[in-house]
Amino acid sequence: MNYESVIGLEVHAELSTNTKIYCSCKNEFGLDVNTSCCPVCMGMPGTLPVLNKKVVEYAIKAGLALNCDITRASKQDRKNYFYPDLPKAYQISQFDLPLCTNGYLDIDVGGEKKRIGITRIHIEEDAGKLIHSVMGDESYVDFNRCGVPLIEIVSEPDLRSAEEARVYLETLKSVLQYIEVSDCKMEEGSLRCDINVSLRPEGSDKFGTRSEMKNVSTFSGTQRAIEYEIGRQTEILSNGGVIEQETRRWDDGKGENVLLRSKEEAHDYRYFPEPDLVPMIISEEWIEEIRKEIPEMPDKKKARYTGELGLGDYEAGIIVGNKSMARFFDRCIELGGDAKQTANWLQGDIMKYVKDNDISFDDVPFTPESLNELSKITSDGTISITAAKKVLARMFETNDSPAKIVDELGLAQISDTSAIEAMVNGVLEANPQSFEDYKNGKTRALGFLVGMVMKESKGKGNPQIINKMILDKLEAYKNS
Amino acid sequence: MKLYEKTIHELSSMLRAGEITSVELTQSVLDRIDEIDGKVGGYITVVAESAMEQAKAADAKIASGEEVADLCGIPASVKDNICTKGIATTCASKMLENFVPPYDAFVSDRIKQAGGVIIGKTNMDEFAMGASNETSYFKLARNPYDLNKIPGGSSGGSAAVVAADEAIFALGSDTGGSIRQPASFCSIVGLKPTYGLVSRYGLVAFASSLDQIGPMTKDVTDCAIVLNAIAGHDSMDSTSANIKLPDYKKALVSDVKGLKIGVPTEYLGDGISEDVKKAILAAVKKYEEMGATVEYFNLPMTDYAVSAYYIISSAEASSNLARFDGIKYGHRAASFEDLNDLYAASRSEGFGSEVKRRIMLGTYVLSSGYYDAYYKKAQQVRTLIKNSFDRAFEKYDVILSPTTTETAFDIGGKIEDPVQMYLNDIYTVSVNIAGLPAIVVPGGFDKGGMPIGVQLIGKPFDESTLIRSAYTFEQNTDFSKIRPNL
Repeated sequence: MNYESVIGLEVHAELSTNTKIYCSCKNEFGLDVNTSCCPVCMGMPGTLPVLNKKVVEYAIKAGLALNCDITRASKQDRKNYFYPDLPKAYQISQFDLPLCTNGYLDIDVGGEKKRIGITRIHIEEDAGKLIHSVMGDESYVDFNRCGVPLIEIVSEPDLRSAEEARVYLETLKSVLQYIEVSDCKMEEGSLRCDINVSLRPEGSDKFGTRSEMKNVSTFSGTQRAIEYEIGRQTEILSNGGVIEQETRRWDDGKGENVLLRSKEEAHDYRYFPEPDLVPMIISEEWIEEIRKEIPEMPDKKKARYTGELGLGDYEAGIIVGNKSMARFFDRCIELGGDAKQTANWLQGDIMKYVKDNDISFDDVPFTPESLNELSKITSDGTISITAAKKVLARMFETNDSPAKIVDELGLAQISDTSAIEAMVNGVLEANPQSFEDYKNGKTRALGFLVGMVMKESKGKGNPQIINKMILDKLEAYKNS
Repeated sequence: MKLYEKTIHELSSMLRAGEITSVELTQSVLDRIDEIDGKVGGYITVVAESAMEQAKAADAKIASGEEVADLCGIPASVKDNICTKGIATTCASKMLENFVPPYDAFVSDRIKQAGGVIIGKTNMDEFAMGASNETSYFKLARNPYDLNKIPGGSSGGSAAVVAADEAIFALGSDTGGSIRQPASFCSIVGLKPTYGLVSRYGLVAFASSLDQIGPMTKDVTDCAIVLNAIAGHDSMDSTSANIKLPDYKKALVSDVKGLKIGVPTEYLGDGISEDVKKAILAAVKKYEEMGATVEYFNLPMTDYAVSAYYIISSAEASSNLARFDGIKYGHRAASFEDLNDLYAASRSEGFGSEVKRRIMLGTYVLSSGYYDAYYKKAQQVRTLIKNSFDRAFEKYDVILSPTTTETAFDIGGKIEDPVQMYLNDIYTVSVNIAGLPAIVVPGGFDKGGMPIGVQLIGKPFDESTLIRSAYTFEQNTDFSKIRPNL
């Protein structure tokens, strides 16, 4: 029998607010252990949480960007469980009244469009981090991450393959980055994902029993973890077995998952309304204010690039995929830059430089104005394309304008025909047999002569002018 | 009359007039504690050294001639579930025997800001769970009117030290009657403010939606003074009300003419002792004589109040006390097999049996499959109880009732019977469930000489009317003047 896989993702994204969700501690990654915590986020006896309004704003923003309904009267709940990284022994989360519900995200899987439902988005606090001693006999807790704000985005079970899941995750990431609510760095743990997988006979409309997989922390890991789980379940079902509802843990190193807890061992979180916090009342005006701040979303942007601006699907995809690059590109176009040329620079030399030097696009030191200038002096023949690449390399190192760099490095092309004519004449006089060669059909002679003149001009001669001038002279001889 | 016997308002005038110093006064209270706390057991911790330093600072402030608050130089005793920076805050539990908070509760800070002198931390039932102070891990507290009897609870230590003149005033906390019942048993004034009037920041939570901190004082005037000091908005407590507050001293007016008082018949029915009933009826008569009108009325739903209270408070407690698991907070067992065993062993050793009983009850009522039948149902009852008070306050300014069915009982008398112990709260829990303010003022004595308190319940944030009503009663009766003979 053939099986169809049914996949849903629960994505946790850390919000990039300045401070934590219930106290004024800094929300920052990579600080020294236990330097960004206080009595409140460490859950000291007697302390109380106070909700950071920015967290609600960011969650609503995510909800709007993902086409959700925004809940007008919402609340927070306690999720009770014991674990050493959770000093209060409960997590403040949302149970039955999440801030956002009933949304969707459109994805593009190999050219095919698909709409994935978003069940809900809720806010909650992150837990701390355990640090285990080398000997494995002692554990310590770093509370810096306690109280870091999270949104949990739960998808409908609309995904049908590992690839779809990966694309969904990547698209979701770019949306969250676009609206600037999360930096979505999976390697820093600011984007994490739990995966629900079940199988059903092809054509069936009933769901099979699902497993939940935790600890998936890379995009490629997501795809591999799902493929593994589909394989595991297929094998069980094919052998007449039954899938158990259970939680499994993905081991990325080994490329397999192991049982974490069975249905019987599942936690009873004893959710109840958080009595230390008051209900959240969300006004229409506030929602509209937040809506105004939402920029053009990646799918709309890409459609504009490939349509109106005539970019190819691939290059448009690359630019849209990097929010900073897209902003830079949009600014270049606004200032009158040429879409095609700008796109070439961005996804070519500039991206290569960024990758080679292991920097982020935000670290690119020059302005859209400068790149437009570079494009302009290249297309009007002031400098050659080879020279332009040299200018660009310098632009990464200095604040100088392309024009100044061209001057400094003496890269301006000679387009003055009389100067070029003198050089052309000199070269032709020194190589009289080329006239005969050309006449006899050896057209390669043209390239040789152009190369000689370029050499003579120390690379600054305008190759188009040189080319035309020599060609005219050779043709004239041929026809004489 | 010894300094420690006096009230805040008497001492405050003497301090300002330069007749006494805070150092003398503080020393006088410390001496009194030395003299009798061995018998009363009201304090868990006494901080003589830091108190004397604060007293010196208060004296300097007064001597400088600057405008000082009423509490400047006055010794304050704080219930041991209210955080005090640098002073152990144990909640009378083995769990927190060694917990020294690095921060002050909002109220502790307010007292310090006013120039008050924190002199010690008072005994209580473990984590405020109990009605007799017998669940304290450390020791019994005794009723100054009869040392063989309990002082009430959970703020039993606070009530005992005020009654025994080993404190000028104390702070207590009230989740289901924990200020009012011991105030009644020890013949002092106790006020449970409207939920949200006093910040809970730094109060080790028992039941977050019910807990309130309030004054426990020798008279109504002192109650108004302390309330002025501790009431007010706190941005660190999301449930703290952000409203304009009156000066509660302005309510110290001896006049109840035209005041409309309602007396719920349910509170005078089965279970009430003859002596208590007699004292309450006498109080009713007194109010009528003073010019108030009194009417008896039905307050429905009160039969369900105790059940709803124990479900809601235990549910919240099971979650609030979960952090005491031996990892970051609380006693850690010396030996354990693995993580689960560490939790189980630490909690088994660290909590007393009453606390465990509430945690188990609370865990049960929140469990999946039982939530709707218990917790949700109790919340619905809560709404109905609120509604029935709302209706009553359409007709009455104040509701008058007994505080307890009987007077203070013998030590050991009820500790083996939790249900009897829980029924002690029958007249007090509804007030917490509805979030209302209520004051208890001395209202007489039973045949054995044990005190009886009259409870007055008010509209939300109408503490002024309660203070005026209680003050008028106090001015027209002599019950406050009968002090225990220690």
